[in-house]
Amino acid sequence: MLAHETAASAGWFLDNAFLIPVIPAVAFAVIILFGKRLPMKGSEVGIVSMVGALVLAVGTTYQWIQRVDAVHGGEGEHAVARGVYGFARGLLPQAAEGGEPYVEPVIRSWVWWQSGGLEFGLGQHIDGLAVMLLLLVTFISTLVQIFSLEYVRGDRRYTHFFASLTLFSAGMLAMVLAENTVQLILGWEIMGLCSFLLIGHWWEEQANSRAALKAFFTVRVGDMGLLVGVAILFGAFGTFSIQETSRIAMDPATSQTVLLWAAIALFIACIGKSGQFPLHTWLPDAMAGPTPVSSLLHSSTMVVAGVFLVARLYPVFYNGFDIAQNGNSLNFIAVIGGITIVIAAGLAFVQNDIKKVLAYSTVSQLGYMMMGLGVGAWTPAVFHIFTHAFFKCALFLCAGSISHTASHHSFDMKKDMGGLLKRMPITSGVWMVSTLALCGVPFFSGFFSKDEIIDNAEHNGYPIFFVIGLIGAFMTTAYMTRATYLTFFGSPRGAAAGEHHHDEAHAEEHELGLATVGHDAPADAHAHADHTAHAAHGHDAHGAHDAHDAHGAHHAKPAFGIAGESPILIAAPIAILGVLAVVSGYINAAPFHIEKFLEWVEPRASEFAPAIDHATFAWSKAMPSIVLVVLGFVVSLAISRSVFGDAPSKLKGLTERNAVLGAGHRFLVNKYYLDALYENVVVKAVAYPIAQAAYWVNQRVLDGVVNAAGAGGRRTGEWLYKYVDQGAIDGLAVNGSGKAARGTGGALRPLQSGKVNQYGALLFGAAAVGALVLVIANI
Amino acid sequence: MLVNNFLLLGAVLFCIGVYGVIARKNAVMVLMSIELILNSVNLNFIAFSTLHGNIDGNTLALFIIGVAAAEVGVGLAMVLLIFRNRKSIALDELSEMKG
Amino acid sequence: MSAVILAADDIQVAQNIGFGIIAAIMVIGALKVVTSKNVVHAALSLVLVLSGAAAQYILLGAEFVAVSQILVYVGAVMVLFLFGVMLTRAKLGKETDLDQPKAWLGVPVALLMLGVLAWVLIDGFQDERLPADATSKAAVEISDSVLGPALVPFLALTFVLVAAVIGGIVLARKD
Repeated sequence: MLAHETAASAGWFLDNAFLIPVIPAVAFAVIILFGKRLPMKGSEVGIVSMVGALVLAVGTTYQWIQRVDAVHGGEGEHAVARGVYGFARGLLPQAAEGGEPYVEPVIRSWVWWQSGGLEFGLGQHIDGLAVMLLLLVTFISTLVQIFSLEYVRGDRRYTHFFASLTLFSAGMLAMVLAENTVQLILGWEIMGLCSFLLIGHWWEEQANSRAALKAFFTVRVGDMGLLVGVAILFGAFGTFSIQETSRIAMDPATSQTVLLWAAIALFIACIGKSGQFPLHTWLPDAMAGPTPVSSLLHSSTMVVAGVFLVARLYPVFYNGFDIAQNGNSLNFIAVIGGITIVIAAGLAFVQNDIKKVLAYSTVSQLGYMMMGLGVGAWTPAVFHIFTHAFFKCALFLCAGSISHTASHHSFDMKKDMGGLLKRMPITSGVWMVSTLALCGVPFFSGFFSKDEIIDNAEHNGYPIFFVIGLIGAFMTTAYMTRATYLTFFGSPRGAAAGEHHHDEAHAEEHELGLATVGHDAPADAHAHADHTAHAAHGHDAHGAHDAHDAHGAHHAKPAFGIAGESPILIAAPIAILGVLAVVSGYINAAPFHIEKFLEWVEPRASEFAPAIDHATFAWSKAMPSIVLVVLGFVVSLAISRSVFGDAPSKLKGLTERNAVLGAGHRFLVNKYYLDALYENVVVKAVAYPIAQAAYWVNQRVLDGVVNAAGAGGRRTGEWLYKYVDQGAIDGLAVNGSGKAARGTGGALRPLQSGKVNQYGALLFGAAAVGALVLVIANI
Repeated sequence: MLVNNFLLLGAVLFCIGVYGVIARKNAVMVLMSIELILNSVNLNFIAFSTLHGNIDGNTLALFIIGVAAAEVGVGLAMVLLIFRNRKSIALDELSEMKG
Repeated sequence: MSAVILAADDIQVAQNIGFGIIAAIMVIGALKVVTSKNVVHAALSLVLVLSGAAAQYILLGAEFVAVSQILVYVGAVMVLFLFGVMLTRAKLGKETDLDQPKAWLGVPVALLMLGVLAWVLIDGFQDERLPADATSKAAVEISDSVLGPALVPFLALTFVLVAAVIGGIVLARKD
């Protein structure tokens, strides 16, 4: 009855899903090459490409659903699972005996290049997970690009911004439908590069370029894990194909040790990319980028890449960490995820920057996803990716909208916000809805996914993580209540009240008639002289109050006036996301026995996928988390009102008065001293001794050898005079800042004194001696 | 012919090149010495290629010729730049990398 | 040692003698390259060495590489060198300032390396012979190899060349 399924085609969209990343990739090239000459500076190309990709993704989703329904509609139609799919490599797995049949992914692959008999393919591996993320990424990317149209209008690197954004989406999409691990690395690295470009988009400001570098390097630390993990898998299994890898990982005969090491290595990559403890420190700093970037990176793309990797190669993790062994194992993934939930939620309490609250919230929610995967709750974790993307993206865009319209590009909740509830109805409404979703209030999307994770943690025999999940839910509600209160309630403060930070400076500029459009120096980039043109929205991050623009013509607002709602290009994407923040959960609403998501996305137990056990929903089981959410709301609201409200209160300044609380507060403000740990302890403990040792070896050993060979104390004396006296003292004199040069670089400095020939001699001499030793040893 | 004929010739050229790299002060001369080293390696590749009846050595030798051309191009451009800025290409006068 | 090198046996006397002569020229040329006090002389000696290498390639049956060697090295690279010499030093005569003050350091290092290499080679290959009927490699074989298994290195090489062209322009441009 399903004969058409066995035909060579699985449907045009499914067969050609590989076009989805190709479109933005091409668009990227077009923007880079011709963007500046186009009427809208290349942004139209980006948006059109994203819409095109979205259309294809919708088509793919539709056909995938049809495909799944076709298989599951006809129980026992095993023949379906054997369908020949286009250009697949002829892997025709058997459906699992018993249970629901496995829905064969649509796999196509082309040889990309070959070297030494190894073939590296590019292709597509379309299954439920890939389809879900394709749809999600294209959708969010489209909305974010529309939002950016207005948000970064007039930016001096407007074209480059859209180019990077488009390439970023292309990278994510390429990774999502990766057929093999090499392609996965490719997309992964493209994203790493683009995140660097985007976070450092306003690199003129030191903090931004530092944040970009930090993000890049921190993620690189984890990326080593990805390379090692893929190498282990390839070395052990002899294939890059994801399907083959999954099959071999599911094979009971496969060595668990190999899987364990591969899983550890791969998970280190996920820790870096998905901002898990202890490498989460880059993620909040990455808020230095423009807000649309934050919302794209930290809702649906960059940071879920790590979660995606775990979900994609789940058999490796599942068997490597032995997740099935209920509760008896405290496995790596779940532990890291659990720690991340609590740690990040704690940090969210002490942030004044609204985007940083959201950033830590993202970290915490990613912890939920990881924990879900770690306790065997594959489907709820993946579903949480789905719902989280909508409401977190909505929250970020709301923050951007507030800063863009109401608070003069400041993100400081304490200084520049407050009382915005009535003034920005759309933004505040969406914020509320998304916050409720994030907190996991029943009947909002977050409830259906987050609660499932918590529920399954208990069901699968991980009681510790059940408790952690509940604590996390409580903390989430509390910090979001605090942020909401600060932003929307109370009385307007700072920029939100219409004050401006640099009025004097502007007055001067007006007098001088300076037209500083596109000026980039932070201290004086106040583009007020030209009210019709938009100035560089240069710096919306970190208390940079410069580059305040006059939203002249189309805002219909006075330049310093009190803002109303944001323009339509900003409000519309927010509104759409706000609606989705509610309804997206109903695809898989366990309380109402809707389990479409599960049906469409989850791979059925087979030789490619482990069997996933599901907890059955019961309101009684959901009660603890609901109670905790309400409790968190009440407690936090009470504290927020008294601490941040206008009325005098005993709680104000409590952290200054109470030593214990003060210490705790400081501990949180300093981010558990992790940054200090990395920079002072790790860097000093590792790099500094190496530098010192190198210095010592260079000074004592190498030069000593040279001089001993040269013979004679006179020569030594000359050498000392020439290098130590003249070199060092000259160096100090030239530097002037010789004092500061005792750091790492300073210690390495003598290594690079430029005596090329001497080093050549040492190099070749050492090589010769080394060769001699090897030869003698091998005789 | 003994394969060692070629290999030893390569070794001699290599060591002469190494001596040149160490002893020469003029940057252009150092680049020339590096060319000597590269050629000795090429000679080895070709000799092994013939010994084993395998084409790979020839291919690699061609690659080395190509890379050497690129290296000389960039190297000489740098030498020109240095000369223009400092009126000297003596290597030991370039030791200003002291931070 | 030359007795070892030229341990010519019954066959291929002509090739052996040819090899010996060319090798001698190459070694002398190479020594001139690294010791000459005149930059232009050194460059011309390098031409000698490179041409000698091309001749050796022909002896080894690698005509295509030999031709490339002549075209690229002797033709192009040497012209670059001479340009470099002329643009950086107007003087064409002798110079006293070509060597490091510690040039002697190179002698022990080079001799040590030579000793190790010679020992290893003589010990390793004894009197292994090249195939007497070493047919020359057809260019088509090389092209098959370059565009087949070695395609990726080849593409990498093209990138290197492009980068070198751009880098050369950027570096040498006057502005």
